[in-house]
Amino acid sequence: MTTATLDRPAARAGARAATGSVVTGIGVAAPNGLGTEAWWAATLRGESGIRPVTRFDASRYPVRIAGEVSGFVDEEHLPSRLLPQTDRVTRLSLAVAKEALDDCGTDPAALPEYGGGVVTASSAGGFEFGQRELQALWSKGGQHVSAYQSFAWFYAVNTGQISIRHGLRGSSGVVVTEQAGGLDAIAHARRQIRKGARLMVTGGVDSALCPWGWAAHLAADELSHATDPSRAYLPFDAAAGGHVVGEGGALFVLESDVAARERDARVYGAFTGYAATFDGPGTPRLGDAARLALADAGLRPEEIDVVFADAAGARAADRAEAEALAALFGPRGVPVTAPKSMTGRLLAGGACLDVAAALLALRDQVVPPTTGTAEPAADCPLDLVTAPRETPLGHALVLARGRGGFNSAAVLSAV
Amino acid sequence: MRRVVITGIGVVAPGGVGTRAFWDTLTAGRTATRGITLFDASTFRSRIAAEADFDPAAHGFGPAEAARLDRAAQFALVSAREAVEDSGLTGALEPVRTGVTLGSAVGCTTGLDNEYGVVSENGSTWEVDHTRAVAHLFDYFVPSSMAAEVARAVGAQGPVSLVSTGCTSGIDSVCHAVDLIREGSADVMVSGATEAPISPITVACFDAIKATSPRNDDPETASRPFDRSRNGFVLGEGSAVLVLEEFEHARRRGAHVYAEIAGFAGRSNAYHMTGLKSDGAEMAEAIRAALDEARLDATAVDYVNAHGSGTKQNDRHETAAFKRSLGEHAYRVPVSSIKSMIGHSLGAIGSLEVAASALAIEHDTVPPTANLHEADPACDLDYTPLTAREQRTNTVLSVGSGFGGFQSAIVLTRPRLQEAA
Repeated sequence: MTTATLDRPAARAGARAATGSVVTGIGVAAPNGLGTEAWWAATLRGESGIRPVTRFDASRYPVRIAGEVSGFVDEEHLPSRLLPQTDRVTRLSLAVAKEALDDCGTDPAALPEYGGGVVTASSAGGFEFGQRELQALWSKGGQHVSAYQSFAWFYAVNTGQISIRHGLRGSSGVVVTEQAGGLDAIAHARRQIRKGARLMVTGGVDSALCPWGWAAHLAADELSHATDPSRAYLPFDAAAGGHVVGEGGALFVLESDVAARERDARVYGAFTGYAATFDGPGTPRLGDAARLALADAGLRPEEIDVVFADAAGARAADRAEAEALAALFGPRGVPVTAPKSMTGRLLAGGACLDVAAALLALRDQVVPPTTGTAEPAADCPLDLVTAPRETPLGHALVLARGRGGFNSAAVLSAV
Repeated sequence: MRRVVITGIGVVAPGGVGTRAFWDTLTAGRTATRGITLFDASTFRSRIAAEADFDPAAHGFGPAEAARLDRAAQFALVSAREAVEDSGLTGALEPVRTGVTLGSAVGCTTGLDNEYGVVSENGSTWEVDHTRAVAHLFDYFVPSSMAAEVARAVGAQGPVSLVSTGCTSGIDSVCHAVDLIREGSADVMVSGATEAPISPITVACFDAIKATSPRNDDPETASRPFDRSRNGFVLGEGSAVLVLEEFEHARRRGAHVYAEIAGFAGRSNAYHMTGLKSDGAEMAEAIRAALDEARLDATAVDYVNAHGSGTKQNDRHETAAFKRSLGEHAYRVPVSSIKSMIGHSLGAIGSLEVAASALAIEHDTVPPTANLHEADPACDLDYTPLTAREQRTNTVLSVGSGFGGFQSAIVLTRPRLQEAA
């Protein structure tokens, strides 16, 4: 890949002069903390949320640990009428969206009529709900399938329910690109801001911790079979042997910098760069996504202060990511971290939780740690941050890969 | 702003595989709805669907590939291949400047339904037996696998994604691709949507809310949008994929251009996951915003390709939306629903309708609404009953409405480069 073929036409450079998009609200549900500040404090303490599975009886399966969000009481977050018609993924999403909107300090009802929208990433929709209805169908017959099935399980459910709950009637969307989807969703929300939307709720929260989802993960054969939760997901470690599945993620309130300034909003940071690529045959293109995202942000590699890695936790994929980072920043050329080692990989929610971590790292000027991995393997020449590191931070790069060949990269910048 | 044009079309639809068969079906006013043959539907309330006659082997899928790929993925691959060949870009796509967007509302639902039966031993256990699962189960679980299949098949290495906004996925996927070309992230997008939802779980979930037509004694005329006797939509399946190209890129190579995508917009009703308010306000606003982006007055619209699902609430909602957004012109412009012929293929139908809209411009012909003999008194527009209409067609508005409250509108225009030529 030559630099020339990656150069974008003039329209691309023009986009930089367009409206900036800033994050003014954050909501989080993570295995190691429910709510933004609880999760961030646990993350800086290096507390893992990976534990034995409790949401179903996992005794018959070769993998029995996961990152579950604990302490979430449905009734505290949802009106009772919504409970029969929502999967856990939607309950978590509604709670996290409310936290983000409360946090941003503005009332969506005060927006112009079509001024607010929702773009979320999804991976499998309301999969546990779907398993229940499939069981009803197969064991009892079609007439036993719930009247809510038609909209409780599908991929658009979280965007739809968030839009309804908060009266957000502007342009909305849903993207699915496996684990890369979170960044793609935020980028799509940024497009709506550039077209004139005042406020977008965006990001991704995911959950498919049911036996049916578990069977799908086991079929993909990328999970760690380690039984010790502290040694199961070891990104960039010579002993890496797969990942752990978790649930949760983050949602954000994205606004134009002009709108945020006008109302004197507290701003966590700006979403300044983004790109997505797809792997070619034998050609991983994660590094190209990173380069294009930097170009979109108008930054040089040396201006990036921290990288939140995709951190597959599998040897070949870890090596490929380390090589891409070394090619861009030089060997051990930039601090790299993977706090997802404390949560597991969260499907569509994972990259969003990394964006939340990047924004809070910029706010607090501290890089959260990677846990489990004591030092990276020799073939992964990374400056891997394994204890919280206080350092001046201006720009963070977040990387994400989705199964099948999806790559996305985003740049978050202090304002 | 970079302009975006359609230079290739590929279709798998009920009534025939391929763009030509699709257009023939539509302009003949022929219905492709019938009793369900894809599974034994005898215990269901609605036993009708518009099925595609699709033989995987005839399209080059070997037995292993046909088993691995969900039917929806196969549709997408076949229509993508036709679209790229039609565009003349076969072997000439620059990988890093080419992307894919694929819309789908319910993903690999047929594959999931079948595999669930296996791992659960017909629903007998909650803790399903993972050892019985096929190796590709994860690809059914997360449907971006289908966009990845198309990207690999056409050699795309730019932005690739699946767009899943329920029944507006097909329009929204195309609009997403237009965004990517306009902003400079790609020069060519292979973009469309696919759906193969005719499986027991999907039929059951629409049975449960009585959204689908139970006219089992007369399946050929069951899809009756705007007609007084309509009683629900008829489930369909299929795929349409377009090659979208930056205008100068198309012009430089002398490509045939079907239409330009001049504007689009989406709005949400924030009202109910399945219900619609009768005033059509949000769809009207999406239409107005799409026309604004296209810099066109409502009176420029020569044809409205309606959502026209054939449910009472949709047809009234939509009729109100056309009146709100187009004013008096709503009573003059021909409107039609191709769902009357090929059913409602959920996430795919929006792309099939964009394809039909482009072909309406190409052939100066408005496809009809089949089975429309006596309009609902609340539906008092010109819905182009029964027979296709030849007329100069420069500008087409196509709209969609979906569960989740999504309302989408897209405006296609006759390409100016052809007029200049």
